[in-house]
Amino acid sequence: MKRFTNLFLELDRTTKTNDKVALLKAYFLSAPDEDKIWALALFTGRRPPRKIKTTQVQEWAIEQANIPMWLFRESYGSVGDLAETISLILPVNTSTSEKTLSEWFAYFTQLNKATDEEKKQLILEAWKQLSTYETFVFNKLLMGSFRIGVSQTLVVRAIGEVSDMTSAVVAHRVMGQWDPYHSSYKELIYGENTGDTTSKPYPFYLAYGLEGGLESLGQPEDWFAEWKWDGIRSQVIVRNNELYIWSRGEELVTEKFPELESLRTQLPSGTVLDGEIVCFENDRPLPFNILQTRIGRKNITKKILTEAPVAFIGYDVMEYEGQDVRQKPQEERRKILEDLFEQTEIKGAFKISPLLTFDGWDELRNLHLQSREQAAEGFMIKRKQAQYLTGRKKGDWWKWKVDPLSIDAVLVYAQKGSGRRAELYTDYTFAVWEKDKLIPFAKAYSGLTDAEIREVDRYIKQNTIEKFGPVRTVKPQLVFEIGFEGINESSRHKSGIAVRFPRILNWRKDKKLEEADTLDNLKSILKAYK
Amino acid sequence: MKRNELLSFTASSIYCPSADIHIDPWKPVERAIITHAHSDHAKWGCQHYLAHKDSEPILRMRLGSDISLQTLEYGESFTINGVNFSLHPAGHIIGSSQVRVEQQGEIWVASGDYKLQDDLFCPPFEAIKCHTFITESTFGLPIYKWKPQQEIIDEIKVWALQNKLQGKNSILMGYALGKMQRLIKNLQPFDQPVFAHGAIYNVNEQLRTAGFDLPYIPPVNNASKSDFQGALIFATGSVLNTPWLKRFEPYSTGYCSGWMAIRGAKNRKSIDRGFVLSDHADWDELNTAIDATGAEKVYVTHGYTDTFSRWLNERGVESAEVKTMYGEEEEAATETTES
Ligand SMILES: [Zn+2]
Ligand SMILES: [Zn+2]
Repeated sequence: MKRFTNLFLELDRTTKTNDKVALLKAYFLSAPDEDKIWALALFTGRRPPRKIKTTQVQEWAIEQANIPMWLFRESYGSVGDLAETISLILPVNTSTSEKTLSEWFAYFTQLNKATDEEKKQLILEAWKQLSTYETFVFNKLLMGSFRIGVSQTLVVRAIGEVSDMTSAVVAHRVMGQWDPYHSSYKELIYGENTGDTTSKPYPFYLAYGLEGGLESLGQPEDWFAEWKWDGIRSQVIVRNNELYIWSRGEELVTEKFPELESLRTQLPSGTVLDGEIVCFENDRPLPFNILQTRIGRKNITKKILTEAPVAFIGYDVMEYEGQDVRQKPQEERRKILEDLFEQTEIKGAFKISPLLTFDGWDELRNLHLQSREQAAEGFMIKRKQAQYLTGRKKGDWWKWKVDPLSIDAVLVYAQKGSGRRAELYTDYTFAVWEKDKLIPFAKAYSGLTDAEIREVDRYIKQNTIEKFGPVRTVKPQLVFEIGFEGINESSRHKSGIAVRFPRILNWRKDKKLEEADTLDNLKSILKAYK
Repeated sequence: MKRNELLSFTASSIYCPSADIHIDPWKPVERAIITHAHSDHAKWGCQHYLAHKDSEPILRMRLGSDISLQTLEYGESFTINGVNFSLHPAGHIIGSSQVRVEQQGEIWVASGDYKLQDDLFCPPFEAIKCHTFITESTFGLPIYKWKPQQEIIDEIKVWALQNKLQGKNSILMGYALGKMQRLIKNLQPFDQPVFAHGAIYNVNEQLRTAGFDLPYIPPVNNASKSDFQGALIFATGSVLNTPWLKRFEPYSTGYCSGWMAIRGAKNRKSIDRGFVLSDHADWDELNTAIDATGAEKVYVTHGYTDTFSRWLNERGVESAEVKTMYGEEEEAATETTES
C-alpha cells in the first residue's frame, strides 16, 4: 500500500505530464504484478463495487475520533472530501502494515459476506495499521469516488514505454471486459488474444479542436466534412452474431438501447463501427439533454422508447470482415461504411453521417452557421488520407465546434448579494491571464450550489486583499468554468471583450491558478465565433 | 449586577479599563502591550508600546525605529493602578508572549498566538494558571494534527536534495517572521547553497544584529543567476505566480503552513509541495493548553471561533467568541509591505 499511496500522492503533487508519466513508469517497473493489475484497474475506472455504506464508515470514524457529529460536519466542510476528512480525524497510529495493494483488495472481499459488526471490526483493524495518507487512499478505495489526476492515455503511454509496446497496442489490450480479480497483468498486457476478445473494442480516435483557420488545413479537396453530432460517441461491435455497444467512457451500454438490437442481425459478423448515438424525432436529431434523460435510467420503458427513440449514426469503420481496417485511409473506410449501410434494411435505427459537399473553405464556413439548425455541435473535418489513430491526436481529424463558449477563469472580486443571500458574497468577478496579470472580463452571479456558495464565501472572507466600498479584492486562487452565450469586442472593457449572459458552469477545484485560461484563449473564441 | 471585567473586548483592542492599557490594538491608542511582532497583532500608530525584549528588533523595523517602546523579560512584572501585568512565553515566534493580568487575585491571560511544540528557536510555551483565558483557534478543528517538527524538517531536506539532484532550485516559502527563522535554524547544516528573499533577509539581519543565533543567509539580489544551481531559496508566499521566480528556473516550490494539511488547500495554491508546519497550536495543543490553564472561562479571538467555542462549551468550559481583527494572517500583510 505504501508504494501505491506514494504514487497517488506524487501524482497529486505534479501537474506536468512528463513527470506523471515518469512516476507511472517507475511504478509499473517496480510494483509486483499482482499490484499492477489493481493499479491499472483503478486508473481505468474498474474499481469493483463495494457493499459498504458511506454513512456507516463515517459513523465509525466519528466514534474513533471521539467528536460530536456537528464537529465532524464542520471538519468535512473545511476539507471537502470525506475520505480525507476521516483520515485526518482518526487517532494517529504507531503501528504500520506491509500489506500490498492487492492484499488489501483481498481483505476487502471479506466485507462482502460480513455482518455490520464484522465490517466495523475489519475497517477499524485496517485503520489502526495505516498512516494518515494510507488511510486516505484506503478510504478512497473503500468508498469509491476514486479519481486520480491521470488520464488513461498517460497510463497507457507509461505501460507502453516500460514494456516496449506501442501505445496503440496497450490501449487496445486494456480495453473491454476484464476485472482485476480474474485477470493477470501478464495476460492482459502481454498475452495475445486472451480473455474475452469477442467484445473487445478498439480505442477511439479523438479529435482536437481546430486551431488555425480552415485555410491552415491546406486544400479543401483533401478533406471530408460532416456534422458533429451531439450524442454519445459509441462503438458498435458485431462478432460471432453478438452485439456489443461501447460508449467512449468504456461502458458497455448495449442494454440501454434496445432500438439498436436489430444491428446484430443486420450487420455482418466481424464488423466494428464508430459513430454517435443520438435521439431522433421524425428523422430530426434531438438535443443532447433528451438523450440524457435516458442514460440515467435503469429501466427503459415503452414511454421512453416512443418519446426519445435513438439511432446510431455511423461515421467510421474499424473492423470489416473480421479484419482490422484502421490502417486504411479514411476515403476507403468511408466506402466500406457506405457499402455496409447499403446492405442493411434498418434505416431507422442505423443512419450514416452524411458527407457535406462544399466548394472551397468559404462555402464550408457558411454551412457551419447552420450547425444549430441541424442539431449539430459544428463540424468534424477529416483528412481523406487519415488512418484511424488511437486517442487524441493532432493533424488528421479536427473538430470545429459552433459553441466553444466556456472558459476557465479566476475569481478576483466579490460583492455581497441581495435578499436571501445578503450576508453572503455571491456576486463574483472573474479574470483570465494575460502574461502575469489577471484581467477581469465577466461578472457572474449564479450557477453554484448553496454549499459551494458558503464555501466560496468563507474563502473570500479569509482571503481578502483589499476592501473598496462593498467590493472585496480576493486573493486569486479559485478557478471556475464560466459559460456564456455570446461574445463581442468591447472598448469599454479592460479585456477588450464583452461576453453575454455569463454564468458559472463548474467550480474547477481540480484546476490550479495558472491553469486558468488566457486572454488569448478568449480572443480565439471571439475569432471563431465571429 | 454585572461586575467590571478585568479585560474587555472593544472596537479597537483587548482592553484593560482599570489600567487604561490595550493589548494588541488594531487601532492607534495611547498605551499598547504587544504579544508579538506579526502585523495582525502589532499595529502602527500607538504612542507607547510595551513588549518582550526579543520583539524589539522587529517592532522597531516594522513600526519605526523611533517608537516609544518599553521591554520586559519573561516573568518580569509591573503594576498600574492595582493591576499587575507580566509576560510569559507563548512559543509562537521570537518574542511572542502571553500577557498575564491580575487584579485582587483575579487572573486573566491573553495568549496572542501560540503553539506547544518546541521549535528549538523561540522559548517554548508555558501554561499559566488563570481564571479567564483568551485563546486563538486558527487551527481549531480536529483535522489539524501536527507531526513532530523533525519529521517535517526531514521531509523538506529530502525534497530539497532531490531537487538538487535533478538540477532544480528549491523555493521554500512561508512567513518571513517566525516560520523562516525556525526553518533556517532547524535545516542546518544545509546540503546546498542557500539564499533569502529580501523580506526574509531583513528580518534575519535584524535578529542577528540583536544577537540571535542564526546563520548568515545571503540575499538573492546580490547573487547572479549562475549561483542558483540546486540552491535552496527562502521566500515569502507573495512570490508565487510572479516573475520574481524566473531567475531560479528550473525550480520546485514548497510551502510551509498548517493549511497544507489539506490537499485542496495545497492544490489551490498551485505549489509543488506542501509541508505541514505551523507556528499555531493544532487541535490537541489547543485543548491541552486550555486544560493546563485551569480556566473557567475561555474567549476565542480568531480562527474557527464559533466552532471552537461551541466545542469548549459542550466540554463544560464556558466559552464565547469575540470579534477581533487578528488572523487576517501575517502573510497578506507582511508580504505586501515587505516584498
Ligand atoms: Zn502570529
Ligand atoms: Zn494571530
